[in-house]
Amino acid sequence: MMSSTKTRSAGPIRRAMSRFLNNGAAVTGSAILIPILLLTLTYDLWWPYKPNDIDLLAMNQGPSSAHWLGSDGVGRDIMARLMQGGRISLLVATASMAVSTFIGFFIGAVAGFGGRLVDGATMRFVDLAMTLPPIIFLLVLASIVGSGIMPTIFVISLLSWPVLSRMVRARLLELRERDFVVASRGMGAGLWHLLVRHGLPNTIDILVVYATLQVANGILLEAGLSFLGLGVTPPEASWGNMLNAARATHVLENYPFQWMFPGAALVVTVLAINFVGDGLRDAFDPRSELK
Amino acid sequence: MSDELLLEVSGLTKDFAPVAFGRGPVVRAVQDVSFNIRRGEVVGLVGESGSGKTTIGRMVAQLVPPTSGSIHFDGVETTGLSRRELRRLHARVQYIFQDPFASLSPRMTIGEILTEGLDIQRIGSKSERIAKAAKALASVDLPPDAISRYPHEFSGGQRQRIGIARALTLAPELIVADEPVSALDVSIQAQIVNLLRDLQARLGLTMLFIAHDLAVVEYVADTVIVLYLGRIMEMAPSRKLYASPQHPYTRALLSAVPSPDPSERPNRQILKGDIPSPANPPSGCVFRTRCPVAVEACANIVPPLRETAKGHFKACIRDDLD
Repeated sequence: MMSSTKTRSAGPIRRAMSRFLNNGAAVTGSAILIPILLLTLTYDLWWPYKPNDIDLLAMNQGPSSAHWLGSDGVGRDIMARLMQGGRISLLVATASMAVSTFIGFFIGAVAGFGGRLVDGATMRFVDLAMTLPPIIFLLVLASIVGSGIMPTIFVISLLSWPVLSRMVRARLLELRERDFVVASRGMGAGLWHLLVRHGLPNTIDILVVYATLQVANGILLEAGLSFLGLGVTPPEASWGNMLNAARATHVLENYPFQWMFPGAALVVTVLAINFVGDGLRDAFDPRSELK
Repeated sequence: MSDELLLEVSGLTKDFAPVAFGRGPVVRAVQDVSFNIRRGEVVGLVGESGSGKTTIGRMVAQLVPPTSGSIHFDGVETTGLSRRELRRLHARVQYIFQDPFASLSPRMTIGEILTEGLDIQRIGSKSERIAKAAKALASVDLPPDAISRYPHEFSGGQRQRIGIARALTLAPELIVADEPVSALDVSIQAQIVNLLRDLQARLGLTMLFIAHDLAVVEYVADTVIVLYLGRIMEMAPSRKLYASPQHPYTRALLSAVPSPDPSERPNRQILKGDIPSPANPPSGCVFRTRCPVAVEACANIVPPLRETAKGHFKACIRDDLD
């Protein structure tokens, strides 16, 4: 009867993507980020050393043709540890992003669509969560649940969701009064339908931008926790605990490659993610189309 | 039009509570409004902004709960229905919005917008829903390829057609049209009004047509209700109301309707001032502060809505006019 594929026109998401691709900083960020992801995910296929293989004959060696980025104090290959560390850091950051995005959206949605009483109660709880000083909260939580990959994910997730839930709530409060949502209620829609068909599509810009920036934030928090010895524990590598392992004065002075590379990887990755996040924010902002 | 009553509204009142921690005045948006709509009838609801017409429409469409009073739909009391009963009722009463730019989700295609109600009500299979959407689209004279487009690709008039099509997909018995043409260009208004009239006649729709334009209402409505500050001033079959308005407010409104004949010098009755705040309505008759024929007694009694001729109701104590 009608050919829907041929005439289907560009939706809001497709238009946002094309704006994203026209943003120089965002494309540069992606161009840095994608190789980093590919390298860390595939390094064991093409790199001969393993992150925890100890070679006592090659301790504290500088970069060479065998060990491209040198080796650390017990003779482990820094390139391999950097790649594995990147894997762990990104895993922790991504997993905590997923958890905190879910919690943040859910709590914001309940507050935004649940009516005045639920909203009031939920937002006071969010206020409480936001007033906790983050570092102390992290330290206390980490000392309760212990260190390791799973606890680190848990701690970072629990710290990060309140900001998102405020943004989601604000958007949904406005959305609730819009005519097309009223129309949906007028057709008999329940809370679940409103949330899935109107709430989610109309907060997707907030969610995507938050999620992206939260990965960068998560990498930094993980590095901070691991640096304090409360995050990912050795021998498992992460960028944070590589920095921690290299913080002794004689290492700082004599073997700069041991901290320079994880530090640089951290900075470059976080920067690239922030570029991408900013690009996504501009891409989803309808006002940017006016320029 | 049959004699069967589809909608019976009696004593309908809506107060909006103050926002800031219970302080501040209560806004009396609608006070003691009663009217009936017969199956197949078009009732026009006229009033200036702030007169409560949209609030009445939303209460009838079960979008806002009334403070007191009752709404019987097809003989069933609608306040205090269970969630499931309410959902079924929602399928039978549909709403057309004023602003065609706000009433369609920018993130959904027209097809998604038109099948949403059927999805919610779980009517038919997926292909049946799309077929119904296409049929609704055809009934408002839009091309079938519109179904895969987004709202921003359409003009205001086309969007209003889509809004009408959405209201039709559930095959409702009552349509509440809330100023469906006042946001449109004058040239488009006639098209949309004609479309609504055609659809009404063809599908035998019952309609509550809300407007602030008496000329539009005269053209579509069988019965007209004139509202002022949340109260009914006059209610009559439209021919009678336009031929012999009884209430001073209606007379003032009708004298303001422009005439196409430039040589005609109408005897305009200009109302002074603005509509009072519904947070602090005048005592007695709410219209008395602007009424050209108000007397002292008007401040003391709330004039009841009385039948002065057959089918002609007015809320005014002065019968000595004319």
